Amino acid sequence: MGVFLQTLFVGLRLGSVYALIALGYTMVYGIIRLINFAHGDFIMVGGYTLFFTVPLMVAAGLPAWTAVVIAVIVCALVGIGVELIAYRPVRKKGTNMTALITAIAMSLLLENLAQAIPAIGPNPKIAGTFFSTGGFQIAGVTLDYVTIYTIVISAVVMLLLYVFTQKTKIGRAMRCVSEDKGAAILMGISVNRTVLITFAIGSGLAAVAALMYIAQYPSIYTTLGSLLGLKAFVAAVVGGIGIVPGAMLGGIVIGLVESFSMAYISSSLTDTFVFLILILVLLVKPAGILGKNVGEKV
Amino acid sequence: MKKAVKRGYIVNTVVLAAVYALCVVLAAALEGNDNFKLTIVPSIWQCCYLIILAASLNLVLGFMGQLSLGHCGFMAIGAYTAALMSLAFQRAGVYDEKSGAVFILIMIACAICAGLLAAVFGVLLGIPALRLKGDYLAIITMGFGLIIVNVINNLPFAGQNGLAEGTAAASLYATGLGFGSTAKVTYLWFAIAVTILCVALMFMYIRSKYGRAVRAIRDDEIAASASGINTGYYKVLTFAFSAFFAGIAGAVYACCNSSLSTSSFSFTNGSILNSTFVVVMVVLGGMGSLTGSVVSAVIMFFLNYQIGNGSWVHSLPGFIQSIFAYPMLVYALVLIVIIMFRPKGIFGTYEFSLLRTPGELVRLLKRHGGGKKAAGGKEAAAQ
Repeated sequence: MGVFLQTLFVGLRLGSVYALIALGYTMVYGIIRLINFAHGDFIMVGGYTLFFTVPLMVAAGLPAWTAVVIAVIVCALVGIGVELIAYRPVRKKGTNMTALITAIAMSLLLENLAQAIPAIGPNPKIAGTFFSTGGFQIAGVTLDYVTIYTIVISAVVMLLLYVFTQKTKIGRAMRCVSEDKGAAILMGISVNRTVLITFAIGSGLAAVAALMYIAQYPSIYTTLGSLLGLKAFVAAVVGGIGIVPGAMLGGIVIGLVESFSMAYISSSLTDTFVFLILILVLLVKPAGILGKNVGEKV
Repeated sequence: MKKAVKRGYIVNTVVLAAVYALCVVLAAALEGNDNFKLTIVPSIWQCCYLIILAASLNLVLGFMGQLSLGHCGFMAIGAYTAALMSLAFQRAGVYDEKSGAVFILIMIACAICAGLLAAVFGVLLGIPALRLKGDYLAIITMGFGLIIVNVINNLPFAGQNGLAEGTAAASLYATGLGFGSTAKVTYLWFAIAVTILCVALMFMYIRSKYGRAVRAIRDDEIAASASGINTGYYKVLTFAFSAFFAGIAGAVYACCNSSLSTSSFSFTNGSILNSTFVVVMVVLGGMGSLTGSVVSAVIMFFLNYQIGNGSWVHSLPGFIQSIFAYPMLVYALVLIVIIMFRPKGIFGTYEFSLLRTPGELVRLLKRHGGGKKAAGGKEAAAQ
């Protein structure tokens, strides 16, 4: 029972990080139908920003986690930059395939550009602690504060995002553009501006995810976001890409699959199970758990 | 068979045989040369498997229009199959030194088995992938590539010393086939023959009625199925066909490396061989042009080699040198520039042809007053 509870909480913690990253993928996919492969690298950008700004924050007498505000801003700017420099020009004249390949190229570019910056370099950096260490006991299981903070913060962020997309004007514009771009233009919505805001919010979420991830695993390296991003992306697809609640559900599912397969089956085959789940879900429901299968009109 | 087609077959077979003979004669003449032995021959081996790999991905990506991000997974299957098989033969005492007719037979058998096993996995991946297209297919193939690497890492007999030992590790130290620099010169004919054969087979495939059906699927799947093309059948067939050649590329890779590591076949890594990089090669050469794939595989290998080892790099200004310390950065920039300014790649869908290209070149030269010159890959000329 103790192992089960422990595994459950590890799964929820991983899952809420995946869910936050998956939200970024899903929002961008919903609005421009593009798998933003560079999204995983926004986490890396966020991680390094945290690494460099935490000492500044501590020197200013603020708690370490406040650095996340700067990380969110930096990530949002990087996201906007990638959209303006690479995606928008290609989207204007290219096909889906060329846009996808551009996204892969941007991901490679960000990873290796980071490595080429002298202050970062190829060796991993170790971040300090963000939250108070320790924890408390429930039913014979030790829960550390990092786990609780991670789950609570991501739940709050997701709730805020849901309210944002449902209630505010910009949120409605986003849903509108993802549903029907042409009609959105006719209603006076600026599609380009909405896409930019989506990129900014998605990338900002990646920075929050970076905070929670490196609070648990403090090592930061340039390919940090690569596998993390892939798994979060799998989460987005499993839940139904383009759907905000789907990303949350998918994130939790992938987190649980990962932690349970690690605890009960094999710790080195975890990735295989994650991607097998993806293939199985896509076979049964090609549009994801919450997705609707839309037939093609001839 | 039509007369022109027959003539094309004869001309191309003769020319390919001549090219092959020339290579073998050159190799024999240069055998004593150290530079040739230590630099040029290993480079040719690497070019050979890159050419086969890029061309085989082009079947799926360029001709069928389906983005596959796990192509190196098939290559990993091929490489490990060939390596483990040859190792088993060696342990069983069928051959002990890398010479003689028995060894050549085993080498060929290993390559074919590598291809066949990869093709089986191609079918296994192709059937579920039928239900999906576009982005979803890209994801499922990427997942497949990662699963392959992960599973091989966990196979007890794929680590350390191969079949005999029961320890799983990330690399296989002895491949059985792994050639040293002398053996690479001796068996250069094998690499060249395999490459010519593979590219010729792929070329014949896309020129056949199968190839036409596959291109019809790329252009409009619904229209294709409405005209009576069994889209599911052709998709799986092309997946398997392409995986077969990726498997053979893996066997060639196993020949020219004395140890295998799954990290060489992952989705992205620092070296030239990974699934992303193969996509870069195909896009650079032109999606839908085998000539382009052959040429761009050679160009990318040469670029990679020069950035890493060229002496001219040291005479460049400092900041360019610091960029060159991260070759993947250069490739990412190359890819972005190509996509932005020439999305169809160097060759687009143009194919080099021994019968047509000389005439086209003369016309082009006349029009431009001798200014432009088009390049072409000899191996890709099968019509």
